[in-house]
Amino acid sequence: MFSFKNYIAVTSLEEAYDELLKNKKNIILGGTSYLRMGNVAYNTAIDLSNLELDYIKEGETCIHIGAMASFRDLEINEITQQLFDGVLDRCVRGILGVQFRSNVRVGATVFSKYGFSDLIPTLLAMDSTVVLYKGGEISLEEYLKEESLRRDILVEIKIKKEGRGSFQSIRKSKTDYAITNTCVTKIDDKIRVAIGVRPGKAVLSYRAMEILNNNERTEEIIDRACEAMSEEISFGSNMRGTAEYRRAVSKNLVKRAIQEVL
Amino acid sequence: MILTLNVNGRKREISISPDEYLLDVLRKLGYLSVKRGCDTGSCGLCTVLVEEKPVLSCSTLAVRAQGKKITTIEGCQEEAKRFAEFMAAEGAEQCGYCAPGFTLTVLALMKENENPTDEEILHYLNGNLCRCSGYISQLRAIKNFMEAEKR
Repeated sequence: MFSFKNYIAVTSLEEAYDELLKNKKNIILGGTSYLRMGNVAYNTAIDLSNLELDYIKEGETCIHIGAMASFRDLEINEITQQLFDGVLDRCVRGILGVQFRSNVRVGATVFSKYGFSDLIPTLLAMDSTVVLYKGGEISLEEYLKEESLRRDILVEIKIKKEGRGSFQSIRKSKTDYAITNTCVTKIDDKIRVAIGVRPGKAVLSYRAMEILNNNERTEEIIDRACEAMSEEISFGSNMRGTAEYRRAVSKNLVKRAIQEVL
Repeated sequence: MILTLNVNGRKREISISPDEYLLDVLRKLGYLSVKRGCDTGSCGLCTVLVEEKPVLSCSTLAVRAQGKKITTIEGCQEEAKRFAEFMAAEGAEQCGYCAPGFTLTVLALMKENENPTDEEILHYLNGNLCRCSGYISQLRAIKNFMEAEKR
């Protein structure tokens, strides 16, 4: 189990950032549900709980989700329930129980780029941006492409207001981690296809998107896009499923999701 | 560090290491209804209420519960006893190890949703595993209990 020597409940992001830079073994706390599975000894744990970052609010052009909002918030909040056909609710509601989802924080999951995440491919398909305390606002797509984790603090996620979405996944049991998952969205008639739990971190299928966005979306074109996705995306094997299985299942999940958003 | 907790309406002080979890601290304080199960956040055995919401005490740092209202089954014995009668009537539990966490989750559900559908009850209780009995008998017991509590 992870451990730490000191604990600070900071009163500002500036204080949190200063603390973070003081020692390589200092860490920002999210819900600690995943962190506790590791065996790392940290120096100082920095708690953002007092910074009121657990908001979900509607701005002029975007929905803003604070880093300390929980998965349970995504599930029951009226704004997220309506957003992209409720895809945020649908992608998190199968994750263990109410208690677990109340504990898991959006910011910690996204910042850590967890490969097993149901939320990250969904946000990626929604063309979200992440707001970092020092790094400013960048697209989630670019953020996920970065190899290492930044020494920074994820403050909020921004999501465009309008669009349709479909989240699909396959699991061995209802509340288990996904074997693989996908989210497809339609924003201003442009389709975005994200694949998660490959089992690596989520990626977009650029070839599938190119086919779907440059052709009339007939059954044949959809099949061609799914085929292109399965050739483009790199899948791997682990205890939950083989690469071949993931590749085969993904094609069907993506097809289902495309049909739902059209 | 010295931690002050409000457990079942009683102020309790204890010296802890900052990385201790609420489960361990509550058990040190003598609240032995709080059970350790999977220790990975999957089974719901360690559920307690913090500000009337169910949380996994195995995954909640004790320092984060400072100043918040914590309820364990020792703090709601009357409701727990009434609920246990409905569970017994349906043969919905055997060993009873999951009962404290399960009961607290049911009490939280009742506060959040007065008239849940079967699907909403099952969804809310998804995180509470029971290895002895079938979940359908539990569902019957919960529905009967909620109906009786309204009278």
